[in-house]
Amino acid sequence: MMSSSIRATLRRVTPQLIILAAVLFLNFLVFPDFFRVEFQNGRLFGNLIDVLNRGAPTALLCIGMTLVIATKGIDLSVGAVMAIAGAVAASLVVDGYSWQTALLGALAVGMLCGIWNGILVAVLRIQPIVATLVLMVAGRGIAQLVTEGTILTFVNPGLVHLGSGTVVGIPTPILIWVFLGLAVAAIVRKTALGMLIEAIGINEGSSRMAGINSRVLITSVYLISGFCAALAGVIVAADIKGADANNAGLWLELDAILAVVIGGNSLLGGRFSILASLIGALIIQSVNSVILLSGMPPEFNLVIKALIIIAILVIQSPTVKHALYIIRASAQPLPSEPVKEAKESTQ
Amino acid sequence: MIRSTHWPLLVTIATFVLAYTLCAYQYPAMLSTRVLANLLTDNAFLGIAAVGMTFVILSGGIDLSVGSVIAFTGVFLAVILRDTSIHPLFAFVLVLVITVSFGASMGAMIHYLEMPPFIVTLAGMFLARGAAYVLSTDSVPITHEFYDTLQSLYWKAPSGGRFRLTGIIMLLTFAAAVVVAHRTRFGQNIYAIGGGLSTARLMGVPLARTTIGIYATSGGLAGLAGIVFSLYTSAGYSLATVGVELDAIAAVVIGGTLLTGGSGFVAGTFFGILIMGLIQTFIVFDGTLSSWWTKIVIGGLLFGFILLQKGLTWATTLRKKPATEFAAQS
Repeated sequence: MMSSSIRATLRRVTPQLIILAAVLFLNFLVFPDFFRVEFQNGRLFGNLIDVLNRGAPTALLCIGMTLVIATKGIDLSVGAVMAIAGAVAASLVVDGYSWQTALLGALAVGMLCGIWNGILVAVLRIQPIVATLVLMVAGRGIAQLVTEGTILTFVNPGLVHLGSGTVVGIPTPILIWVFLGLAVAAIVRKTALGMLIEAIGINEGSSRMAGINSRVLITSVYLISGFCAALAGVIVAADIKGADANNAGLWLELDAILAVVIGGNSLLGGRFSILASLIGALIIQSVNSVILLSGMPPEFNLVIKALIIIAILVIQSPTVKHALYIIRASAQPLPSEPVKEAKESTQ
Repeated sequence: MIRSTHWPLLVTIATFVLAYTLCAYQYPAMLSTRVLANLLTDNAFLGIAAVGMTFVILSGGIDLSVGSVIAFTGVFLAVILRDTSIHPLFAFVLVLVITVSFGASMGAMIHYLEMPPFIVTLAGMFLARGAAYVLSTDSVPITHEFYDTLQSLYWKAPSGGRFRLTGIIMLLTFAAAVVVAHRTRFGQNIYAIGGGLSTARLMGVPLARTTIGIYATSGGLAGLAGIVFSLYTSAGYSLATVGVELDAIAAVVIGGTLLTGGSGFVAGTFFGILIMGLIQTFIVFDGTLSSWWTKIVIGGLLFGFILLQKGLTWATTLRKKPATEFAAQS
């Protein structure tokens, strides 16, 4: 039983792993020392570690975003929530509170933002894009209100440790996103929670009739998204030892959505895999790394990202999937089981 | 009796009048034609982009590429006027052809690949911004005598307000858009698609042509907004107009257009733009408020108008429910 579920998970993430391997190989081609990891001054060094470390904010965001998208929603406010959380954490330590208080305060504010989004979507029934747009527009204003328009710098070693410190040689951000990703994935997969979330994404009306409390569940996925965003915001602020209300997390919501889409999760809701999304986040970071290491002008970064999205859109498109299915089905008579699966995936 | 679809528009106009009265009460100078003229000039590019966004949102879609297309247009014009000797008018035509076909190809992807407009236009946003970066990462100044001629075109009101060409282009765009939305078949098709895709298909609306047309219009108007923006700033900069798509969406929503599509007015967007401009003008007049209050107030307004829309939809469905219960379920 156990091994079969692992095999199913592996089969699910195979395309993502292949893409990741290809991009990492590209990295190796442009920079042969890419895979060398050294242990110096009590911490791991290397480009691979860098990819894992720099990918932390996107990876954290895409954990929450995967769940939100699985309910057929979207959370545009995560970048703004990052800015708010960073600002709150910075202003708390500047006022002399301990880093624990600052972290808890930032996380609480992030969850509050998540609950706000969740109530707009689940209770007031506003479309997710619009509901979270409100906080996306107003959020940066609120963050600037907290920092009073300046870049709030701090020197609190405890908080800085979260962004640039290490635990047994591994940078803290890596540990945080890996741990949170595993924890959330375990919680949704070891309980019925994941299935219930998928049910809401596929058809909210019928899932409610089946007795699922969709309001509470939808609110809680936005809450988790807010929590992840706040954690990412604190890490970004701690990394630069300052809270920048204007630029912290700018456009990261789009990277997070992109990571979820690369992870093969449908934007139309339903089945999801947090693991695949996390690999998606690593793919994005590895692409950034290729562009940097190859010495290509960073201007091409956005164009390449756009081309990747377009390629994925074409692959994911229901029309193309259907066409492929027809081609495959007419080419050879398949055994009955895979046909059923292919049919499911076209829907 | 006033139809329920008119309510959001009326509330928007009432909000604008009320806000302007309050501002004028506090600062009588707000009533001068200078303020009015600047309101039009400063928001001209945003207004033109918002017209395109209104069409997209009326059809139930969204276009996130607007801000990037404006920036691309500016950089393209600046670079082409710097490196070649072609006339700006020809460059304008060229850039409009590019942006219209850019929008059309996004519309084609949305229709033929059956993907959500959100993610397709997100790719468009990255592509246009990236193309602008590739052209130039610096701010490129535009120095052409034709630009000076265009910038010096204005009509001076008796009390000193200068109504510039760009503001007039915006007003003309709005006027044309009102006619297109309410008096042409294309406009009616947009409303039909926004009301319900399958209903529109059954009614015989040419879905492919209309969807592609909508996004082509939005792309073209973003290009026009880019031209106006380059006239406004006399430069092209690839980092300019980040987030303008959000301002445009906010203006459309504040203007009373239903984000689910199918209901709303182009004229409402005009007042939405004026309200947002008014907030900024008020902050400038006040002098003690910080700029971030603009974002918070716009966010608050956005929320208020969304709630209003929800309330109205809820009220109308409650009233209609007994009659249409069967239709809604099937």
